Amino acid sequence: MKRMKLVMVGNGMAGVRTIEELLKIAPDQYDIAVFGAEPHANYNRILLSPVLAGEMTLKEIMLNDVDWYAQNGIRLHLGKKVTKIDRAARRIIAEDGSEEHYDRLLLATGSNPFILPVPGADLRGVVTYRDIADTEAMIEASARCRNAVVIGGGLLGLEAANGLKLRGMDVTVVHLMPWLMERQLDRTAAQMLQRSLEQKGLKFILERQSAEIVGKVGHVSALRFKGGEEIPAELVVMAVGIRPNVELAKSAGLHCDRGVVVSDTMQTHDPRIYAVGECVAHRGSTYGLVAPLFEMAKVCATHLAEFGIGRYQGSITSTKLKVTGIDLFSAGDFTGKEDSEEIVLHDSVSGIYKKLIIENDRIVGGVMVGDTGDGAWYFQMMRDRQNVADIRDHLMFGQAHLGNAGHQGQHKAAAMPDAMEVCGCNGVAKGSIIRAIKEKGLFTLDEVRKHTKASSSCASCTGLVEQILASTVGGAYMPQSGATKPMCGCTEHTHEDVRKAIRDHRLVSIPQTMKFLEWRTPDGCASCRPALNYYVLCVWPREAQDDPQSRFINERAHANIQKNGSFSVVPRMFGGVTSAAQLRRIADVVDKYGIPTVKVTGGQRIDLLGVSKQDLPRVWKDLDMPSGHAYAKALRTVKTCVGSDWCRFGVQDSTQMGVDLEQTFWKMHAPHKVKMAVSGCPRNCAESGIKDVGVIGVESGWEIYVAGNGGIKTEVAQFMVKVKTQEEVLEHAGAFIQLYREEARYLDRTVHFVQRVGLDYVKKQVVEDAVNRKALYQRLLFALQDEKDPWVERIKGASAHEFEDISL
Amino acid sequence: MLGARVVKAGQVNIALFRTGTDEVFALNDRCPHKGGPLSQGIVFGRRVACPLHNWFIELENGQAVAPDQGCAGVFPVKIEAGDVYLKFVQA
Repeated sequence: MKRMKLVMVGNGMAGVRTIEELLKIAPDQYDIAVFGAEPHANYNRILLSPVLAGEMTLKEIMLNDVDWYAQNGIRLHLGKKVTKIDRAARRIIAEDGSEEHYDRLLLATGSNPFILPVPGADLRGVVTYRDIADTEAMIEASARCRNAVVIGGGLLGLEAANGLKLRGMDVTVVHLMPWLMERQLDRTAAQMLQRSLEQKGLKFILERQSAEIVGKVGHVSALRFKGGEEIPAELVVMAVGIRPNVELAKSAGLHCDRGVVVSDTMQTHDPRIYAVGECVAHRGSTYGLVAPLFEMAKVCATHLAEFGIGRYQGSITSTKLKVTGIDLFSAGDFTGKEDSEEIVLHDSVSGIYKKLIIENDRIVGGVMVGDTGDGAWYFQMMRDRQNVADIRDHLMFGQAHLGNAGHQGQHKAAAMPDAMEVCGCNGVAKGSIIRAIKEKGLFTLDEVRKHTKASSSCASCTGLVEQILASTVGGAYMPQSGATKPMCGCTEHTHEDVRKAIRDHRLVSIPQTMKFLEWRTPDGCASCRPALNYYVLCVWPREAQDDPQSRFINERAHANIQKNGSFSVVPRMFGGVTSAAQLRRIADVVDKYGIPTVKVTGGQRIDLLGVSKQDLPRVWKDLDMPSGHAYAKALRTVKTCVGSDWCRFGVQDSTQMGVDLEQTFWKMHAPHKVKMAVSGCPRNCAESGIKDVGVIGVESGWEIYVAGNGGIKTEVAQFMVKVKTQEEVLEHAGAFIQLYREEARYLDRTVHFVQRVGLDYVKKQVVEDAVNRKALYQRLLFALQDEKDPWVERIKGASAHEFEDISL
Repeated sequence: MLGARVVKAGQVNIALFRTGTDEVFALNDRCPHKGGPLSQGIVFGRRVACPLHNWFIELENGQAVAPDQGCAGVFPVKIEAGDVYLKFVQA
C-alpha cells in the first residue's frame, strides 16, 4: 500500500512529539518530511535557561539529533523557512524554492517573541529570548558588556536575568506591573520571590513603562522610561511575551484568531491541515507551557493515524518552577472571587507561603512559594474536581501523596543530596533520576518509571519522584489526571467507561469487551486483562466466565509465588482461631513434604513456605483446611482480639463477630485485597484502625470504621457508623464492601476509592439509604452464593494441567 | 487458548508458550532479570510478563523489552501436522 505523505512545518517540541507519538502507533503510515526554520534539530527549549546560566551545554539539551530523523526515515530540511502553502495543489514551498507535496500537513510554527514597538528596538545589543541564537547572543554579550536590562518580569525574563547575573553582568529587571510574574503569583508570593532574587544581586524597577532604547553608533547604550529617566544598558533583553506565529497559516487562508484555530481533533478548517503547539488557538485559549502541548501532540497523532477517537479538550495548567533555586507553584485561579474560600499558610521567616482557593468544596487554584512539595497532589485534586470537604482541615499540611517507608522519612526532594536513595524498592538515588531525566529527555512519571525503575514497584516514593521531575523540567511537568487516565496503553477508555460499557451492553467476556470497545491490541496486555477479568465477573457474576490466563500467577495457582519459583500455602483460620487437630495436620504436612519454613502471619494464621507447584494439590488435600486466599484480591483475614469470651476488658464478643464476618464474606473477590478486624473494646488490640473494615466493640454496640490501610501508605480508618447488633455489622460491612467492589478501579484499595469519592458519598449510599444498603448487601451475598473453595475444586482435579509439568 | 506449560528436560526447565494467534515459542524458563519462571506469566500479543517483577519478554527472541536489557535463551520450535516439535540439546 502506498504511504501517505506527511509534511510538518516547524521542528520544535510540540511538532516533533506529535511525530514521535505517530511513529509509536502507526510507524509505516506516512512518508514524513520536516521543515525547520532554525539550523538545529529538535532541542529542549525549556533547558535554554540552564544553558544561559552555564549549567548545561547545547549538546545536552538536544532531544532528537539529526541521526534520529535519518533512523526514522524522516526527510529533514534545516534552516529552511516555509513561505507558502498552496492548498489547492497540496504543496508547501520554502524560501529557497524547495517544495514538498502533502496528503496531510502539520503546522507547528510555534510563537514569536513580542517586540516592544519603541524606537531603538532594532539597535545592536537588543535581543529576545526564544531560541539558541538568542541564547548564544546573550552569552557572547555577557563576555563583553557590563550592564544588562531585562524588560519583562515574567518567568522568561527572570530566567534570563538569573542567567546573565551568573555570567557576571549587572542586571536590572524592568516590569510594567506592580509585582513580578503576575500571571502566576499573587502579590505576597511575588514579593517573597523578589526579595530572594534581590538577595542574589538582581535589581528591580516595577510599574515603569519603557519608552525608548537609546543607542550610540548603532549599539544600545541605555533604556529610557516614560518620564525621562535613563538607566545604562549594553544589552537589552525583551521578554515581554510571545505571540503565536500565524503568518504562514493566515497567508494560506486558514482561519486564525489569537492563533491558528483548531478543533478538538487538532484540525484547522482545512481538514487535511493539522496544527499543534504554541501556534494554536483551541477553544479560545493559547498555551505557552509544554505539558498541554504534549497532550495536543498525543491527540493529533491518533488522528493522523486515522484512529479517530482522541479529543483534546483543553488543559488546566500548573506551573511548577525553580526560578534561581526558589520553588514556586501556581495553578488555576489563584486570586479567587468574592465568595471563594481561601486557606493560607504564611511563614515569612522560613520563606513559605501557601494559598489554596476553594469553591464548592473543590480546589480551583493555588499558589505556593518555598514549599511546593504538595503541588502535584493539589493539582491532581484540582484536575479531578475532587471533593475536599473531608480533608479540608489538614489540606494545607499535605502529604496524602507520599508512602511512609523506603525513603528515610524524607518529604522534600529538594532537601535531599544527590547520593540519597529515593526509591527503596529498586535502590535508585536522587542523582540517578535527575541524570536520566536530563540525558534521556524524560517528561512524565511513567517515563521516569520505565527508564530508572524509581517508583515502579510499590510506588511509595512517587511524591518524591514527582517533585524531582517537576523541579528538573519545570513548566513542562504535568501530573497525570486521575479522572481521565486511560486504563492502559491498549485503549483511550477509562476504568469507569469500561465498567459502564460492560454493564450497559451486557459484555460477559474479555474478548467480547475488547471487540466492543475497539481495543488497539488483539489480546490486551498484562495490565488490562486482569482488570477486565475482574470487571466482567463483578458485573455479571453468574454469566461471565473466569479466564485463568488473565490472572496473575498467584490467583491462577491459588498460592503465593516466591522468589525461587516455589509457592507458599496459607490455610484459612476463621477469626484467627485454630484447634489442636488443625495444628497437628499442619505439622504432619510440613514433615511429609519437607516444607522448609513455617511462619506465623500478621493476619493471624500460618504460612508454609517453599512448596513446589506440583505438590500444591496434594498439600491442600492433606491439610483439609479452607483456602486462606492469601494470594488473592479477595478477603484475606478478619483479625480479632480475644474479647468478652476471655478478656477482662472485652465488652463485646469480638472473636465470634470476626468469625462470622469471615465465614460470611470469604471467597469474595474485589479490586484488591480486603483486610478486616474486630476488637472487643476501644483498646483496639486487633488494630481495627488500619483495616479496610475495622470494627470496634463498645458497651452499647459496634463502631464500624472503613478505608484504613496498614501498608505502603499508613492511613487511619474513618468512622462510618455505629450499630447495635451483629446482623447490622454484617449488613453494613457487606454493603460497604459491595460498593467498593462495584465502583472502585481494579487495584484501588478501599483507601484510594474513598479518597476519590469522599466518605460522605459512602455514608449516603451505605448508612443513610437503608434500601440501598440492603440491596448492596443482597448483591454481595448473591455473588458469593456460587463461589467455590478453589483448593477443594483442584483437589477434585480441576485445572490439573496447571500443576503438571511435561517431562522429557 | 493462549498460555504456557513447563517442559522439564533434565536440569533445565523450558517454558513452552502459545499465543492468541496459535504461534508456539519456547524459552529458557528463567527471566534475565532475577531468574523468575516466565512460564507463570501472563501472555499477551507475542510477549510474556514475568510474574516476579513484571519485565516484558519477547517470545520470538527472548529479549527483554526496552528500556530493560537482557535475554532469555531461545529453543527452536516447529509445528508439523498439529504436533509441536521442540529442539533441545542435552549439555
